[in-house]
Amino acid sequence: MAVPKRKMSRSNTRSRRAQWKTAAPALVSCNQCRSPKLPHVACPTCGTYNRRQVIEPSA
Amino acid sequence: MPKPAKGARLGGSPAHERLILANLATQLFQHGRIRTTETKAKRLRPLAERLITKAKKGDIHNRRQVLTVVKDKGVVHHLFTEIAPTFAERPGGYTRITKLGPRKGDSAPMAMIELVSEPLNAVTTTRTTPAATPAEEVVELPENDTATAEATPADEAPADAAPADEKTESKKDEA
Repeated sequence: MAVPKRKMSRSNTRSRRAQWKTAAPALVSCNQCRSPKLPHVACPTCGTYNRRQVIEPSA
Repeated sequence: MPKPAKGARLGGSPAHERLILANLATQLFQHGRIRTTETKAKRLRPLAERLITKAKKGDIHNRRQVLTVVKDKGVVHHLFTEIAPTFAERPGGYTRITKLGPRKGDSAPMAMIELVSEPLNAVTTTRTTPAATPAEEVVELPENDTATAEATPADEAPADAAPADEKTESKKDEA
């Protein structure tokens, strides 16, 4: 079975992990309450989607 | 021939997937709306709508076919007697899926699948006839003789309908 010949240095490990980045999600404002929410998803603040009450708003 | 679903089965094995979907369908008909993952909601939708279509037919054969999926006789009775009549004039599209965003523990995208309870909207068609009739009237006036066109507004301003008819008839004769 193929195995690494050398221990990977901290520098190489950290260089690789430096490319792990997160991206902020694109948000839109809710029609009903104007709070930011994910597009195409019911608003978690007021619980509506297309002005239709889908869920109870989570406090 | 039915096309097999692509990708892994829900729950790992075909039998487990059948059980999951049957339980979800049972819960959906029992409660009217259930909260589940987007993947399960999307897989449940065709099954649930097929069962409702069978329930709308309502005979004993269809009831036995539904009973092979939904094992609970009480739920099947509720489906055939309460749910199916509400969808009598709706031609499919009995369920609605609304996305609810990621779940807290594992960030799984969640969705709400519910039986549509709103009344069916009447189909509104936008015809161009209202726009076409004023255009014709505008065209008619210059084509007629200038003497009659000038005379009719001065003489018979209250009786608009009769001159309009006369104009259209005269136009038909000319054409």
